Amino acid sequence: MNRQARKYFFIPYTLWLGFFVFIPMALIVYQSFFNIQGEFTLENFITYFTSSTYLSMTLNSIVFALLITVFTFLISYPTAYFLTQAKNKQLWLLLLILPTWINILLKAYAFIGLLSQDGSINEFLAFVGIGRQQLLFTNLSFLFVATYIEIPFMILPIFNAIDEISPSYISASKDLGANQWETFRRIIFPLSMSGVRSGVQAVFIPSLSLFMLTRLIGGNRVITLGTAIEQHFLVTQNWGMGSTIGVVLIVAMFITMRITREKKKGRHKE
Amino acid sequence: MSQAIIEFKEVTKKYGEETVLKNINFSIEKGLFYTLLGPSGCGKSTILNIIAGFTDTTQGEVKLNQKSAENLPPNKRKINTVFQDYALFPHMNVFENVAFGLKIKKMDKNKVKEKVKEALRMVQLENYETREIVEMSGGQRQRVAIARALINEPDVLLLDEPLSALDLKLRTDMQYELRELQQRLGITFIYVTHDQEEALAMSDEIFVMKAGEIVQSGTPVDIYDEPINRYVADFIGESNILKGQMVEDYRVAFGGNVFECVDGGMKPEEVVDVAIRPEDLVLVPENKGCINVKIDTQLFRGVHYEIIAYDAEGNEWMVHSTHKAEVGKQVALQFESYDMHIMRIGETEKEFDERIEAYTEEGNR
Repeated sequence: MNRQARKYFFIPYTLWLGFFVFIPMALIVYQSFFNIQGEFTLENFITYFTSSTYLSMTLNSIVFALLITVFTFLISYPTAYFLTQAKNKQLWLLLLILPTWINILLKAYAFIGLLSQDGSINEFLAFVGIGRQQLLFTNLSFLFVATYIEIPFMILPIFNAIDEISPSYISASKDLGANQWETFRRIIFPLSMSGVRSGVQAVFIPSLSLFMLTRLIGGNRVITLGTAIEQHFLVTQNWGMGSTIGVVLIVAMFITMRITREKKKGRHKE
Repeated sequence: MSQAIIEFKEVTKKYGEETVLKNINFSIEKGLFYTLLGPSGCGKSTILNIIAGFTDTTQGEVKLNQKSAENLPPNKRKINTVFQDYALFPHMNVFENVAFGLKIKKMDKNKVKEKVKEALRMVQLENYETREIVEMSGGQRQRVAIARALINEPDVLLLDEPLSALDLKLRTDMQYELRELQQRLGITFIYVTHDQEEALAMSDEIFVMKAGEIVQSGTPVDIYDEPINRYVADFIGESNILKGQMVEDYRVAFGGNVFECVDGGMKPEEVVDVAIRPEDLVLVPENKGCINVKIDTQLFRGVHYEIIAYDAEGNEWMVHSTHKAEVGKQVALQFESYDMHIMRIGETEKEFDERIEAYTEEGNR
């Protein structure tokens, strides 16, 4: 195949990238410089960085996203580790990925069914004599459901990273006197960091802008940046302000990528 | 007599239905260089894995320092391994890799530094401490792997085809270095390879393996000069192997003639394999030698010519000669009675040893 022909294969992707990534991003940045009256101004950014509402909302989003990431990690890492040791690991992995094929909205409604006043969990609590509790529309239920939804996105990269570690490294570690725990701490965990990084990126960034769950499960008590964007575009019609928050999110994304990027090895190359 | 530090007694290993080791017996003494030699899949790496503790046995007993090694995990054995792919930890630099074993032992930091320096000096990699593994060449990685294993002062060092990834020149250099290192440190080396030249060059003792069994064991010279069967003769170096028949002790018939030989203890009329090394054959003018042949092809190998010739019965003869031959010419092959090595078909090493002992005793009487 000649080089000329190969170029044409890039056309669909380039078009996609242009229309659905670069142009929208440029539009968001452009919009963020206009206030609600349509005047060109820096007002949106000034408002954002001086208003305690927006700042606390940002902090709120970051704290929630961090918590979701931490909980997801705590559940996913051991799961991924034991999956790599399992006999039918590909089958188990498939079972874990299966829920991601179901629409997030359906899953949210399923949780409403489980957590609501007369949902299955409350039925059970009433049955054992604890009594019905307010489960839905709490911070805890939001965290719980968000973690549940994000878990597969964390397990997958960690599983792949651990699975790719050559068994000879583990043999070598034991050969050199390390026990199971030391081998894990000094060899397996450091070598799986690339998977942890990808997992954190795949969970933390989307968690910053979760908005559907905040409404359906969190009952709008949890306001994240995602919720704020939705409100500005759909309710207050302040596209400029919505775009400003969008810009902040994009910047946050780049910062996260930067922090979690892999450090380059090989400083001593002659 | 020095005590055995590793002993295998009737060790068998099966993976499901497949038997990879059949009734293996041997003992390893302190301070010698041993080689397990055989083609891939003969079970030599399995033996190494059993010694290191990565694999258990299906039957039989393994003793380390006279004690049963059963249930002794690899991290509790005073044995270290140089892996075929080196298995250097990619997230650590040279220093951290070499220091790994000592850090596990929680050795004092200054002492670790000192010992790593010493270990790197031993493998001629001084001042390479801060290098990353990706910056090292194959030969250097090999040395790091050796330093990382030796720094733990093991009783035994296991080497799993460590030179197979290196180019020819480096491989030859490393053979000298490994042999020199082993003799200087006095540590037992157990070396696994499929390369007979490596085995011959470095070992004190070679175990030749075939399909899960040790076919023959002995010094390189023993194995080269007295292979017990066709397989060993063929695997170690080049050999001309012909079917022959014993006329009586010290007389063998092959290629249409009867020759005086130095072997005995067989049954009369017994069919045997006769092996003659190509370098023991001398080309002489026609009818002046032991057997007449016609030269078929000739290859220049650098140190010698490799000549292929056929006798009247159609047997192929390989001759190594420093003199050039003429293709198509009728010549004769000259060899002495001690150049012929006669092997019984299907004889085990034990039977071979017993026979040699019996007929040499008889001859001495």
